[in-house]
Amino acid sequence: MKGWHWDGFFEYLTNGYLIEGALVTLGLTVFSIFFGLILGFVIAVMRMSKYKLLSAPAYFYTWIMRGTPLLVQLIIIYTGLPQLGIKFTVVESTLIGLTLNEAAYLSEIVRAGIAAVSRGQVNAARAIGMTPFQVMRYVVAPQAFRIIIPPLGNSVNGVLKTTSIASIISMEELLRRTQVLIQERFLVLELFVVAAIYYLIMTTAWEFIQRRIERRFGRAYDPQAGLVEQR
Amino acid sequence: MNAADGTSARATTPVVEIRGVDKWYSTFQVLKGCSLSVARGEVVVVCGPSGSGKSTLIKCVNALEPVNTGDVLIEGTSITDGKASLSKLRARVGMVFQHFELFPHMSVLENLCIGQEKVLKRKSEEARDKAMGLLARVGMTAHAGKYPLQLSGGQQQRIAIARALAMDPIAMLFDEPTSALDPEMITEVLDVMVSLAQEGMTMMVVTHEMGFARKVADRVVFMDRGEIVEDTPKARFFEDPQSDRAKAFLSKILSH
Repeated sequence: MKGWHWDGFFEYLTNGYLIEGALVTLGLTVFSIFFGLILGFVIAVMRMSKYKLLSAPAYFYTWIMRGTPLLVQLIIIYTGLPQLGIKFTVVESTLIGLTLNEAAYLSEIVRAGIAAVSRGQVNAARAIGMTPFQVMRYVVAPQAFRIIIPPLGNSVNGVLKTTSIASIISMEELLRRTQVLIQERFLVLELFVVAAIYYLIMTTAWEFIQRRIERRFGRAYDPQAGLVEQR
Repeated sequence: MNAADGTSARATTPVVEIRGVDKWYSTFQVLKGCSLSVARGEVVVVCGPSGSGKSTLIKCVNALEPVNTGDVLIEGTSITDGKASLSKLRARVGMVFQHFELFPHMSVLENLCIGQEKVLKRKSEEARDKAMGLLARVGMTAHAGKYPLQLSGGQQQRIAIARALAMDPIAMLFDEPTSALDPEMITEVLDVMVSLAQEGMTMMVVTHEMGFARKVADRVVFMDRGEIVEDTPKARFFEDPQSDRAKAFLSKILSH
C-alpha cells in the first residue's frame, strides 16, 4: 500500500506513551461517570421534589449544562475562571467539566428510572414501616438501577469518546498524545487509525462488561433463571 | 349488638378507628364523612361497587392516602397529628395489596426479612427463623430462595401475607387481595386469610368474596359513592340489608 507505513503503524500500536494516554482516557471516563452518577442522582431526586426550592435549581442546572457545549464549559473553567482569580489545573478542569456536564445527562436517566418504579412498590415499602430514605435505598434505587443500565451504558460509551474534547485544553489523554506523536514522523493516518483502534477496544470491552451487569441485575426478572440454576 | 355489649365495654380502645374522614381528588370527593372502627380480634369486611371508595378508605388507615378532614387512630394514636412517627405506626399494621407488590429484586426470603431487619432491627438469624416459620405456615417453604416473578399469583399473594405477618402486626389490612388472581388460585389465598381470622387476628378486608365474609366476618360495611351506607353484623347484612343500594348490590353479586 503506497503511502501507508506498516512499520510505523505497528510501532505506534504498541507505543507506551499512547497506551498511557488511553489509560488516562479510561480514568477520566470512570471518574466522571462515578461522580456524575452520584451528583446526577442528587439532581434527579431534587428535580422530582414537590418543593420548588429544590426542583427549580435542579431544572436550572440541567438546562444550563445540557444547553451549552462541553467544549465551551471546559474553556470557561480552564481559561475563563482565572480571570476571577479561580484557578484549576488542566486535570482538575477536565475532571470538573466532564463530571458536571455528565451529571446533567445522567440525572435525566436516573429520573426516568426512578419514575419507572411503580407507586405500588413504594406503597408496599412504606406499609412495612420503611422511612422515605429506606424506601429509596432498599426498594426504589435497586429497581431503578436495573432499568437504567442500558441508557447508562450508552453514556459510558459516549463519555469514553467525549473525553477527547479535553485535548483542546491540552489534557494529555489519548487524542492529545496522538497529536503530539504526529510531530515525530508525520504519520497522520497511521496514528489516527491507532487512536481509533484504542477507542474501539475500550468501547468494545465496555460492551462486554455492560452485558454482564445486565445479566446480573436481570436474574430476578427471568422466569427461567431459577429453574436453570436448579438443574 | 346486645350480646356483644359486655365485651365492647370491656374492650379498651379500638385497634383501628376512622373518624369522619373526607377526602378529595382535586374537586371530586372520594370519601364523605366515613367513620368506622375495628375492635381487637374483629374481622370487618368492606364491600361495595367499584369506585365506591373502599380501596381509598383502607389506604387511609395507614396513611398511604392522606385524608383531607377527619382522623384515623391506630390503638388511640392519631396518624395525622404528626407527633407519632408515621413509619413506626405503619410498621404495626400489616397490609396486603391487590397486586401483591412483593419486591421483585429480592428473593422470597429477603422479602420477608427486609422489614424485620431494617425497620424492627431484628438480627438476621432471628428474622430468618421467623420468615421460615411463616413460609411453612403459608405452605411456601420450598420457594424461599426463588424470586417473586418465578411464582404464580396465588403463591405471591400468600408470601405477601407472610411478609406482613413477619412484622408482628396488631391488625391486618387487605385491599382486594384476590381480585388480581385466577379463579383457581383464590381459594389458597382465602384459606390463609380464614385461618388468620380464626386465630383472632384483627382484620379489615376490602373484598368481593362474599363467601369469605359469610364465613369469618363479624361485621360487613357497605360503601357506595364515597359513603358508608351500612355497617352491620354479618347476618343482618346478608339476610336483611337496610338500604336499597345494598340490596341492589347484593342481588347483583349473589345472583349467580
